[in-house]
Amino acid sequence: MQNFLKAERVRFSYVNNMENPPVVNEVLKGVDLEIKKGEFVAVLGHNGSGKSTLAKCFNAINLPEEGEVYAVGFNTKDEDKILDIRQNVGMVFQNPDNQLVATIVEEDVAFALENMGVEPKEIRRRVDEALKTVGMYEFREHAPHKLSGGQKQRIAIAGIIAMEPKCILLDEPTAMLDPKGRREVLKTIKKLNRENGVTIVLITHYMEEAALADRVVVIDSGQVIIDDVPQKVFSQVEKMKSVGLDVPQVTELCWELKNAGFDISTEIITEDECVEALLGLLKKEN
Amino acid sequence: MLKDITIGQFFPGNSFIHKLDPRFKIVFTIAFIVMLFVADSFAGLGIGIVFVLMAFLVSRIPFKMMLKSLKPILPIIIFTSVLNILFIRTGDVIFKWSFIIITKQGFTTAAFMVIRIMALIVGTSLLTYTTSPIVLTDAIERLLSPLKKVKVPVHELAMMMTIALRFIPTLVEETDKIMSAQKARGADLESGNLIQRAKALVPILVPLFVSSFRRAEELALAMECRCYHGGDGRTRMKQLKCSYRDFVSLLIIAGFLAVIIVFNILGI
Repeated sequence: MQNFLKAERVRFSYVNNMENPPVVNEVLKGVDLEIKKGEFVAVLGHNGSGKSTLAKCFNAINLPEEGEVYAVGFNTKDEDKILDIRQNVGMVFQNPDNQLVATIVEEDVAFALENMGVEPKEIRRRVDEALKTVGMYEFREHAPHKLSGGQKQRIAIAGIIAMEPKCILLDEPTAMLDPKGRREVLKTIKKLNRENGVTIVLITHYMEEAALADRVVVIDSGQVIIDDVPQKVFSQVEKMKSVGLDVPQVTELCWELKNAGFDISTEIITEDECVEALLGLLKKEN
Repeated sequence: MLKDITIGQFFPGNSFIHKLDPRFKIVFTIAFIVMLFVADSFAGLGIGIVFVLMAFLVSRIPFKMMLKSLKPILPIIIFTSVLNILFIRTGDVIFKWSFIIITKQGFTTAAFMVIRIMALIVGTSLLTYTTSPIVLTDAIERLLSPLKKVKVPVHELAMMMTIALRFIPTLVEETDKIMSAQKARGADLESGNLIQRAKALVPILVPLFVSSFRRAEELALAMECRCYHGGDGRTRMKQLKCSYRDFVSLLIIAGFLAVIIVFNILGI
């Protein structure tokens, strides 16, 4: 599909009218980004870099002041298409508590479908399917506030995938979860991407999560500064540190070793790769 | 302490009461309230209590939940009984000391009021125990839908109620957290007179308010992302259907109400 998710020279600012004169905070300063169907893209950037603002541009919550944003083939400025866009570009937020509307799991998952005016029988089918996909089917009649953070976040994801979107934007979905919850959510995200072919845009602070993606986009002060495969992005250790970001621990280890004069690649992002590289290095030394 | 609030807590189940059409259940609850206020004797009230106990048994809600629902209104119960005992001055005098006169009549009225309030709370909490709040608001929305013609924002009101119910446990939890946080900083919430204690609540309410606004903003955003655009063209996963159960219950309730009215007329 053409213009699946595309931002062209997008500028966006928040205006605080409470102050006099109004304070204008320019968040996006000409962002160009294109995401293709089926990709798994991680977006990195420190707080206030504009990554969430950019994500909200893709489902027509924010409209750009300058430039154009296209989502699933439509221009987000086209008001008649807003519901089509939101249905196809789902969004999951950081705090699971603040995005669940209903007091029963299955009714919450059905919320979006009810808004879309889907037939009751079809809603039932899609709700059951969505709950099975995220592995929460047996909790369908529970109250969300009695579930763990990871479970709640998976319910929130189920509420989005029930709409059968082509793309899901996740805005730091694991930031408030414990390690177990994070693993559950990440597993679900990966499964959606690999098995259901859903395009994933994952905004995150965790470098280990970004390492799972096909492509990493780094945003700093409202501009895309790096856009490449994870190995290439993380090997630029100094550049990442200069914009206030980390790299996965294993990458940093290799980078330090290289700086100390060892012959090791810095394009290493997983523990397995690191172990292999270190073994190779040790064998060579002997 | 805040964990004890049970209003709006739903117990999923499969009993006869759970399966009733929520629209009928609301009507039944109103009928039950009417029943309690029509009854003007202990016998009549007794009929009402038999009714609510029967309903409780059929619903298979744990019995202790009934007692739990009464706990928060304990102060009201004590307050009304004291007022009634002190201020009803007609009837046989039992005790007299300067201006305080306690009469037998006072005790009976107090008992009557207390039983009535307790039955009221138990009956209405049965509605919320057996009906999921979303279904309940859905039913209210349907019951009030004729008002849409006179431009009453029925859907919006129902939505607000759903969200309020949804956020009760979340906000209770948050209040607990803020209280602990303030206590950890040396806030004294338990001692002092009433005014001092009310003042001590300010550092709890302010953060609670601020965070509620933040939550509201995020929730609105999340709802927009899920295609929420008001009540137009909305469908429901669970359709409301009335069945034989509803009509059977209707007959039973009409019977109880009739008995109470007959009791009143006969003066029992």
